[in-house]
Amino acid sequence: MCDCCTESKKDIYLPQMATVTDTRLMNETEMYLKLTMDDGPFDFQPGHFVELSIAGIGEAPFTIASSPTQKGGFEVVVRRIGNVSNAIHALKAGSKIGVRGPLGDGLYPVQEAKGKNVLFVCGGIGLVPQRAFINYVLDNRSEYGEVAILMGTKNYDQRFFQEELAGWANRDDITFVETLDTGDPRWEGRVGVVTTLIEGVKDLLGNAVVPVCGPPIMYKFVLMTLEEYHVPHDRIYLNLERKMKCGVGKCGHCQINDLYCCMDGPVLKYSDLAAVPEAI
Amino acid sequence: MTVKKLAKNDFDSFIDAIIQSKKVYGPQVKGEKYDFAQLNAAQDLCMDYDVSLLPPTKYFLPVRETLMTFEVGGGYTSQQDEEPFVLVGVHPYDLVAINQMDILFSQDNYDSHYMTRRKHATIVACDVVTPSANVFASSMGTAVVKEGADVLVTDIGDGYLLEAMTDKGAILLASATRATEADASDMQKRQAVRDVNQKSLNKHELKCDSAYLPKLLSQAYDHSVWEEMAETCFACGSCNVVCPTCYCFDVKDDVNWDMASGKRERCVDGCLLDGFTKVAGDHEFRKVQAHRFRHRLFRKAKYVPAKIGGQIACVGCGRCVSACLPNIANPVTIYNKLLDDLGMS
Repeated sequence: MCDCCTESKKDIYLPQMATVTDTRLMNETEMYLKLTMDDGPFDFQPGHFVELSIAGIGEAPFTIASSPTQKGGFEVVVRRIGNVSNAIHALKAGSKIGVRGPLGDGLYPVQEAKGKNVLFVCGGIGLVPQRAFINYVLDNRSEYGEVAILMGTKNYDQRFFQEELAGWANRDDITFVETLDTGDPRWEGRVGVVTTLIEGVKDLLGNAVVPVCGPPIMYKFVLMTLEEYHVPHDRIYLNLERKMKCGVGKCGHCQINDLYCCMDGPVLKYSDLAAVPEAI
Repeated sequence: MTVKKLAKNDFDSFIDAIIQSKKVYGPQVKGEKYDFAQLNAAQDLCMDYDVSLLPPTKYFLPVRETLMTFEVGGGYTSQQDEEPFVLVGVHPYDLVAINQMDILFSQDNYDSHYMTRRKHATIVACDVVTPSANVFASSMGTAVVKEGADVLVTDIGDGYLLEAMTDKGAILLASATRATEADASDMQKRQAVRDVNQKSLNKHELKCDSAYLPKLLSQAYDHSVWEEMAETCFACGSCNVVCPTCYCFDVKDDVNWDMASGKRERCVDGCLLDGFTKVAGDHEFRKVQAHRFRHRLFRKAKYVPAKIGGQIACVGCGRCVSACLPNIANPVTIYNKLLDDLGMS
């Protein structure tokens, strides 16, 4: 063993402390949090994720929900579903939280998409990671072509970021279409799964980059529909969820065949997944 | 570097002297089997053991270790194990596994916990004297080694030959004051031991060069062998736990009795276990047992090799074969069946 390489003793598993500067419960299960690192800079890109850490409870991965174009910390949205996320829901402005990151090498194609149309396909909480790229595009609007955002949510009560979505719907320089899987007396918009919205924006598909994020079941159906419109596989970007326990390519839990979701992803190009049957 | 010779009782004195100044771990009797444990005296050391229950990689990636301590609601303090130790009696196949782990834990993201232990270790490897019931190191090209340890010991019958392979090893050997220079006949005896081991550590014979395995597996993803073999799999993870190249882990928090402080621990995990890929919300990505069974074999001979320059991440120790109750874990059986069905191309 070589003794000459004296790597720094930096501990890749050690969280850095951050302060919660704002929280907002967005619906029954989704909580918005804004975080600021206590020490040093925090440079991230759309697609990066962090491991959030509550001492005594544990760590879990969350994709950053905000765009680096918006200064002053970063945002996450946490669904109350496990031990760590329940503990995070108990935090308030001023609370401390451990953060490791930004993590991930497979990121959204913010540069490659410039000059092209961008079609965002979002399902439920899949809006959260997509929002980082959406806001990046909106903050650099002139650098991208036509922009469309398709949003599907299971039911009326699970909608979140309503004000922001209403703002997108009112913009005349993007197309925003929303649908609910199941109708509701309070809902006057479209009803049906998110794939039914793709036909309405088919004209921009010819030159579009298509980032997709949603629950595991959604990807297959979105891909089948995009296939009908002959969208090239190298322009479809899938933001995948896996158990990214360590986040640094060691622990093995997030492996998708030979890929590591945490290192090769979490955003992966569909054309790179031809020989990766576990991906979808 | 020169090769030295020690009479067997002088070797014991040499080990006893090291025990006085450092922690020393080596293979010892455990019931009817052997396992690595801390040595109190050289007489407990079994240099002629067949195979240890757990691989010596456990001294670098322990079954359970503290990564950091924390204050509830406060900061985290990294814990690094910097105590020097000597690991004696590592068989060549296990040494190859340790060297593979060295690459995996130092590349991309440097794992200071593993690497700190590794840097503070001196490894004394030894050529195999007694082949174990299921060893197939000869098939995997790991029956003998020329590098990777600090000292390499070979039992040549009337004594041990000791070769320092690194400066660290040379420093250790310098304390073997009763050692003599090995002569030509000693070296011939050592070569004879290795020539035999090169071929005879082979209770299960792989019908191809191990370098062909990644290519073989690339044609075998949808083969029926995975379903057939996994039919009787208990998903117990024994094959994972005893494997010297399995390094998947889980991380858990443990709060102390004072409810104000605690530790974050890393512990062994296994890809065969149900729930290994389960995320919050109960979605499990590799739910089918046969798929988990396949994943282990693919990691050994395709996925991990791609990360470590083509080396096959099965070293032929045979521990999984011995540990598996339904007797389905033998990689050679599976690879040979695939070779029979798919041929070489």
